[in-house]
Amino acid sequence: MEGLHEEKTKYLEEMGNVLREDVIKMLVEAGSGHSAGPLGMADIFATMYFHILSHNPKKPEWPERDRLVLSNGHICPIQYAALARAGYFKLEELMTLRKLNSRLQGHPHRKSLPGVETTSGPLGSGLSQAIGMALAAKLDHARKRIYCLMSDGEHQEGNTWEAVMFAGKNRLSNLTAILDRNNIQIDGYTEEIMPLEPLKAKYEAFNWHVLEIDGHNPEELVDAVAEAIAIFEKPTMIIAHTIPGKGVSFMERKYEWHGKPPNKEEAAKALRELRTLGDRIKSEHQ
Amino acid sequence: MSLLGRRSKCLSPPTIVYINMLNPDTKPNPKIFEEDIEMAPTRDGYGLGLVEAGERNKNVVALCADLTESTRAESFAKKFPERFFEVGVAEQNMATIAAGLGVSGKIPFISSYATFSPGRNWEQIRTTISYNDSNVKIAGHHAGISVGPDGATHQALEDIATMRVMANMQVWVPCDAIEARKATVAAAKIWGPIYLRFGREKTPVFTTEKTPFLPGKAEVFWSPKGKADVLIAGCGSLLYNALLAARELEKEKIHVYVLNSHTVKPLDEHRILLLAKKAGAVVTVEEHQITGGLGGAVAELLARRAPMPMEFVGMENMFGESGSPKELIKKYNMDVRDIVHAVKKVIKRK
Repeated sequence: MEGLHEEKTKYLEEMGNVLREDVIKMLVEAGSGHSAGPLGMADIFATMYFHILSHNPKKPEWPERDRLVLSNGHICPIQYAALARAGYFKLEELMTLRKLNSRLQGHPHRKSLPGVETTSGPLGSGLSQAIGMALAAKLDHARKRIYCLMSDGEHQEGNTWEAVMFAGKNRLSNLTAILDRNNIQIDGYTEEIMPLEPLKAKYEAFNWHVLEIDGHNPEELVDAVAEAIAIFEKPTMIIAHTIPGKGVSFMERKYEWHGKPPNKEEAAKALRELRTLGDRIKSEHQ
Repeated sequence: MSLLGRRSKCLSPPTIVYINMLNPDTKPNPKIFEEDIEMAPTRDGYGLGLVEAGERNKNVVALCADLTESTRAESFAKKFPERFFEVGVAEQNMATIAAGLGVSGKIPFISSYATFSPGRNWEQIRTTISYNDSNVKIAGHHAGISVGPDGATHQALEDIATMRVMANMQVWVPCDAIEARKATVAAAKIWGPIYLRFGREKTPVFTTEKTPFLPGKAEVFWSPKGKADVLIAGCGSLLYNALLAARELEKEKIHVYVLNSHTVKPLDEHRILLLAKKAGAVVTVEEHQITGGLGGAVAELLARRAPMPMEFVGMENMFGESGSPKELIKKYNMDVRDIVHAVKKVIKRK
């Protein structure tokens, strides 16, 4: 993976917002789906698909490709947008999200759409599947890397911690997990529903290498992934602090927007905001 | 002296008659009805089959959740340590890791007790193996009430049902250790999710290496010369009881087919319908709840295509308890006499 130069960083930041616009359009057309998570993860998806991943949209089955496992399947609109923008399928198809006969299922299905590496939706089982892929890569002496994108809420699932334990025990250094730490879940704030902190200390206790980044900063993600690639004795967890609903002021940090789509008026307002953002998505402290 | 002579005269000729009812094409164990028939648990067949599958294909991998010895995954683990993964007491993790391996060119076999896998990890199997179409083989061990002293928590009596209702999932229930070995080897060669069911207890090894085993194809193990009154369709080691029952019934001039329906899904609809229509009544036999298992599958088929009287031998909406396998099979009405009784009952309803 190459480092980032200024121009590429700007491109990724802009791409993040292009994906956000796609997501708003898709959700309003679908009439159901999740808003906050996909918007919050837009910059990470842009950086993954347009810089970090070794993949070929024209050959989605290329065996040596890196794998991106989306564990929290409900944020799939952002993955679909990234896949379409990367060239896996035509942009028009994005508007079929959640409709009859569409390849863009409400929660992702591996067999439906090229580029989708696993079927997910029920939470807490993505990291284990990524582990399976990482084990297979090790058995095959393959150099591909496995990335697992996870939510914070799914750390309330027992299956998640079973996976964390296994990856630590087996020192799966070809596995990198990225945690969308946006602090919300359907019923409220994670720390109210079922506290997860201290997440960093927990992962470290399970023998993981842990990094924390601003999830809206492509440079920080690229740096963290570069560090993960250089760590040979442990899997790496990148805790990405994100703002749910990022880019749309009336959705930001509101758990009420976890599981619902914008209506037409809200969508128009959201798109107006996003169009004026350009590359100015970085968090204030950057 | 004369009494002894008469006894032996009475006993030996009928024995030959009964043996002749066995379908010679199925090449049964010649000692099938002898006291000293070989005994082995079906899980032993799994262990041997897993090693054989591993020898034939380097992509075969195995996972176990802290039950490596008792599920017989141990031989594979010793022979191919790099292809064996111990996940600890974590059946959900085992299924989902296997799902990842199965979409990466590997052929994972996951082993645990059936009450835990596919019991505890049902949703993971549904989403990440079945729907995800990952090439995973699920070996459910210690199935049925014959687990014995461990008690009801460890006696899987619902697993055929819970796996059978899942789209894109096959369900195989081998009848003895030899068939279990063949099924394990065959499962590795067939793409797609398969649930394989094994028992803990030693049971008669009544098939041989030459007995045909084709996934999806039920075999007639016992067939009368003339018209049959009832079709007995069974799976798993209770099929042996069905054969003993067939022999008892033959003494009373009641003629039955005994069909080895080892593949509960996809069911051999063609053969079951053919024999059921000939006989006009059906009894199913399985170490499972009478709802949802092989009995359920056969009932669904007959309801659609050829409604006829049917009886079910199995657990009747109850949990088991501790006891010896023999005692439990008897107490919960899955013994030879219960199959005989079910056959007579179904005939009355014809």
